[in-house]
Amino acid sequence: MMLLEAHGLVRTYLTRKSMFTPPEAVRAVDGVDLVLAPGEALGLVGESGSGKSTLGRMLLGIDPPDAGEIRFNGAPMPALGTASWRKLRAQMQMVFQDPLAALDRRLPIAEQIAEPLAIHGIGTASERNDRARSLMAQVGLRVDQAGRFPHELSGGQRQRVVIARALATSPRLLVCDEPVSALDVSIQAQVVNLLRDLQDRHGIAMVFISHDLKVVRNICDRVAVMYLGRIVEEASSDDIFSSPRHPYTRALAASVPIPGARLDPSTLLQGEPPNPARRPEGCAFHPRCTLMRPGCAGAVPRLLPTTPTRRSACPVVAA
Amino acid sequence: MTLVRIRDLRVAFDGVPVLHGINLDISAGETVGLVGESGCGKSVTWLAALGLLPAKARITGTVETAGSDLVSGGRSVLETIRGGRIAMIFQDPSSALNPVRRVGQQIAEALRLHRGLRGAAARAEAISLLDRVGIPDAARRLDLYPHEFSGGQCQRVMIAMALAGQPDLLIADEPTTALDATIQAQILALLTEVQRETGMAMVFISHDLGAVGAVCDRVAVMYAGRIVEEARREPLFAAPRHPYTRGLFDAIPRLDGPRSRLVPIPGTVPDPKNTPAGCAFSPRCARATSLCASERPTLLPQSDGRALACFHPVPAATLVSREGVFA
Repeated sequence: MMLLEAHGLVRTYLTRKSMFTPPEAVRAVDGVDLVLAPGEALGLVGESGSGKSTLGRMLLGIDPPDAGEIRFNGAPMPALGTASWRKLRAQMQMVFQDPLAALDRRLPIAEQIAEPLAIHGIGTASERNDRARSLMAQVGLRVDQAGRFPHELSGGQRQRVVIARALATSPRLLVCDEPVSALDVSIQAQVVNLLRDLQDRHGIAMVFISHDLKVVRNICDRVAVMYLGRIVEEASSDDIFSSPRHPYTRALAASVPIPGARLDPSTLLQGEPPNPARRPEGCAFHPRCTLMRPGCAGAVPRLLPTTPTRRSACPVVAA
Repeated sequence: MTLVRIRDLRVAFDGVPVLHGINLDISAGETVGLVGESGCGKSVTWLAALGLLPAKARITGTVETAGSDLVSGGRSVLETIRGGRIAMIFQDPSSALNPVRRVGQQIAEALRLHRGLRGAAARAEAISLLDRVGIPDAARRLDLYPHEFSGGQCQRVMIAMALAGQPDLLIADEPTTALDATIQAQILALLTEVQRETGMAMVFISHDLGAVGAVCDRVAVMYAGRIVEEARREPLFAAPRHPYTRGLFDAIPRLDGPRSRLVPIPGTVPDPKNTPAGCAFSPRCARATSLCASERPTLLPQSDGRALACFHPVPAATLVSREGVFA
């Protein structure tokens, strides 16, 4: 059975340019289907505004969908804030980009790591204390740092605290939103390895959101590429960047500088992601696409299987 | 021809030294990358050189350009150089632009200060600059405010302002870090193109070895306030010799090949208040010996043209296994 199944997810925000203009509907997530097997790591990539962070929050039920359905472990996701949703949150946790903002500055780190256990009423105070120390050791923090405050730690150590806290209730799903983007290269590698080890050891399923394709490829089994609220291509992480099919995936992969290689201007993606409030007709990518055909501005292309392990939403490359 | 000559540049904040004597020459037209992690001093070097640090910073050494020293010269010297001969762009373009003034006015201000253009002439030149940096419909968008531009376009506006003074040297401090990879590639291409047309030199400050390799001719790697390795791009990327440089390469995941575990550099960057006695990198270095913990290696020229500050460098024959890099 799949751990997580999402069908037809839509999330719309209303924004207005000024007090006097009528609000505009922005579809941040626009019809997303995805599944996640237990213990699987799925990467979500795309430019800013692609809806990847919104989708991540929706998968935890923090952002309720306007349409569509999410099933966790076979049962529908309970409504946000209900007792059954709170209970389920012990099984699904989140790791954010900025650990300093995610931690309480006035609480020693061991207490913060044990807090989810207290919230979910797991164990006695001394058991929780022991668990916090064992979690600290698991994520590579020294037990003598238990009484430290977040400002006394480095950025990498703070992110380890956030990860330990997320693991406290032994969740089955971890949603990580840009967890290593704020870290220096050498520290980033430490945290990436930590996440891989934890996943191997505990079989936690992971949704890993990042704009860094190299990190996503290293951690994830499967990758979904998002453009303006939709998944445009999905494949195994071994295939998706080595043989990208969708023109947008190709452009994304080509934009990653390879250390030592000169910039090749011929592979540059032109233009910027369009405003989600003014989504182009048909395939949203067509105004920037080098393979554009007259039909691309017509119907929105559906995400269809092109091989048993790949789905693509581009009729031009599928043909 | 040497454009800027930095000699023994040192910076201390509240008595804590953060930059320990930088020597660096920038020649006309070349692109030099400064790479390193947070706190290594790569930005402080140029903020100090251009007098942009807060007053509590104690700066010694010399930064010579056009026959004057920017460190001892004071405000009058700085103002003839800054924005004119040497321009700078930053990581976060939206906070570097004034949010309550139209971008056209901001570019026109630079044109007035550095080239004495006013009125219609300044406006025409501002349009041509915006057009040059790839802002579509420049004549109309001149009258928009910074919040009406995306992050990538704000960085283009910053580049247009920097070009307004027709600088000989552009200091680009992490100019693409806040941008998406696709937009980063566009900005890198724009900077390279502008350089080819104008012949200006560029210092590209970044933590991203990939981005540095994409645009730079020469690269200096910094660690804890010192340059530890400096070389031309090809030898540095083919065979990094300082264990820290090598560690940076090994820590980067790849977009091809096996998805193997990463090789991180253990530990963290030292606290400037508490730097190790010998080589600052020695506590994190697998090749360190007792010598490294007591003596500090100096940056010395090597036979292959690079400069290296290490007692036990990675042997020259050990190439980084990145097949196809120069294919």
